[in-house]
Amino acid sequence: MKKLVSSVLAASMVLSLAACGSSASSAAESTAASSEASSTAATAEAGEGSGTYTGTPIKIGGIGPITGGAAVYGQAVKNAEELAVKEINAANGSDVFEWKFEDDEHDAEKSVNAYNTLKDWGLQILAGPVTTTPSLAVAAETANDNMFMMTPSASAVDVINTGDNVFQICFTDPNQGVASADYIADNQLATKVGIIYDSSDAYSRGIHDKFQAEAAEKGLEIVADEAFTADNKSDLSTQVAKCQEAGADLVFLPIYYQEASQILIVANKTGYTPTFFGCDGMDGILAIEGFDTSLAEGLMLLTPFAADAQDEKTQAFVTAYVDAYGDTPNQFAADAYDVIYAIYEAVLAGNINGDMDASEICEVLKTQFTSMSFDGLTGEGMTWDASGAVSKSPKAVVIKDGAYAAM
Amino acid sequence: MQFFSYLINGISLGSVYALIALGYTMVYGIAKMLNFAHGDVIMIGSYVVFFAFGSAGLNPVLAIVLSMIVCTVLGVVVERVAYRPLREAPSLAVLITAIGVSYLLQQVAQLSWSSNPKSFTSVVSGMQPVSLFGGQLTISAETIVTIIACVVIMIVLMWFVNYTPAGHAMLAVSEDRGAAQLMGVNVNGTISLTFAIGSALAAVAGALLCSSYPTLQPTTGAMPGIKAFVAAVFGGIGSIPGAFVGGILLGIIENLSKAYISTQLSDAIVFLVLVVVLIVKPTGLLGKKVNVKV
Repeated sequence: MKKLVSSVLAASMVLSLAACGSSASSAAESTAASSEASSTAATAEAGEGSGTYTGTPIKIGGIGPITGGAAVYGQAVKNAEELAVKEINAANGSDVFEWKFEDDEHDAEKSVNAYNTLKDWGLQILAGPVTTTPSLAVAAETANDNMFMMTPSASAVDVINTGDNVFQICFTDPNQGVASADYIADNQLATKVGIIYDSSDAYSRGIHDKFQAEAAEKGLEIVADEAFTADNKSDLSTQVAKCQEAGADLVFLPIYYQEASQILIVANKTGYTPTFFGCDGMDGILAIEGFDTSLAEGLMLLTPFAADAQDEKTQAFVTAYVDAYGDTPNQFAADAYDVIYAIYEAVLAGNINGDMDASEICEVLKTQFTSMSFDGLTGEGMTWDASGAVSKSPKAVVIKDGAYAAM
Repeated sequence: MQFFSYLINGISLGSVYALIALGYTMVYGIAKMLNFAHGDVIMIGSYVVFFAFGSAGLNPVLAIVLSMIVCTVLGVVVERVAYRPLREAPSLAVLITAIGVSYLLQQVAQLSWSSNPKSFTSVVSGMQPVSLFGGQLTISAETIVTIIACVVIMIVLMWFVNYTPAGHAMLAVSEDRGAAQLMGVNVNGTISLTFAIGSALAAVAGALLCSSYPTLQPTTGAMPGIKAFVAAVFGGIGSIPGAFVGGILLGIIENLSKAYISTQLSDAIVFLVLVVVLIVKPTGLLGKKVNVKV
């Protein structure tokens, strides 16, 4: 066993050495290539006018689960990033970004491996990872390397606390908890609230704790506060029964859609019909194979993006996404699309060039992001503080006729 | 009244544990090995039912029979390929192999059917729930079918083991494999038969498990499998009525502690009870004490 561990360690050290070597050589290559690129870019600039990018293409990479249990999220992010990069490059006339995406299967170790693979490729900006646990592991690495990292969807506070190079475009978990409680209280959706959450999951627990505190302040009465863990989630009927017994007229579900679908089925069986209210983890519930979506009718969820919103920006994005991938984009796709565009704006404003090394780029982006305001699909006038947390206003949607509808 | 509803939910969950535990305990009693892949055979069985009944629209009974056939073949093949060559190997080697088979089945399922969860359509969705005491107590059809199936299967198994030649062969192998072989019992055949029966039970357990708790993923069988193993140890591993009693009690304790103590602590309480039982009675509730002659 010891031998195995040491040989694995040795192999990984060799790999990381190789990583240093190759990034240096690829930097040299890219300077060689840059003269060629800039000449074509110069002609493009003449046609396009101001604001276009003329330097060497910047290498931007994404990491996320394309396979495995969280593949719904990773696939959406991958597609949206690809779409955004293509649009930006096409509009610019020459390539602004070179883009690559690696699979991590929602696994921390594989995510770090994916990050190392991207570094070998010459990564300069990281637009990922998608899920929280891998993001925590990768954030620690990027903080060491001073690599700029912006996650579209890893919402735990710990992710951005890892280093000042790490930014989020989604709400932090506590923010979702506070926003949900505010939304329920302000719109008088209920007076008696039940909660069912996953006490073994950092995401669920984070939202739950803040929700509880905010609900108390807003005068919402929490009549049932029930938990399950990853180990005993096969039977959730008792949790539902306790909410029903306590007379909760709204049940808050800060959990992922798999378990939520099970709760909806159980509630339907026992004839319990409260309002169900979830957060962004609920996104995806309509896509479960075999799930009777009529059970999700009336389910509300807090999400910064609804595909059927009528504004021009959303419409254009949804049309382009459907054309390219044949699927309606979800909130993760919108977040990822915003990440690429936000980075693009910051790149232009900060005069960043692909010849700079990752650490220099990181420094410029940090100053840009903490001073800029960005209008995207998931919010207008987004700003970031030095910790890397975003400030934008949440929106709620309700499921109506098997689709999201704005409220 | 609420108490009865919690109790019935507990019995329903317990019956599923008991069904799975029967498979564990038979294999342990006869082959003296812990088949950790049992939970994953359940998962495979559930997928077969999901596709046959949920997607292809086959009659639910036919779907379960099909799933039993697939699981039986799978169980026998796994036994033949992975466990039989290790018959004389140390039990630790067999245990590790079983864990390996468990992961293999999970990964194959993940590759074949992706790990996106599927929502299982209940095999008894045509039946209405039973309402008692003017609607105060509702018992779902799944619960009733699960409990009945579990009791029937246990009785049939007890009869099979105690009153048929094949059952006697099983008892003989379980008591002393070497002596049984000398007396002309086909040991390999008997062990294969045990795996076949255990896996067929797993198919039924899978269909019932997913009917009551409808999220189907490649890891669906893993945790109920472990819980059922605990139930088998709790009741006395190797004993068929022990698996039944252990499973039902485990389900009831789990659900009542969720209902009246804390949903957060229910697992801790379940395992605490297990520890206490094993301290007081190391062979489990109905386990036989084996005197080893020196």
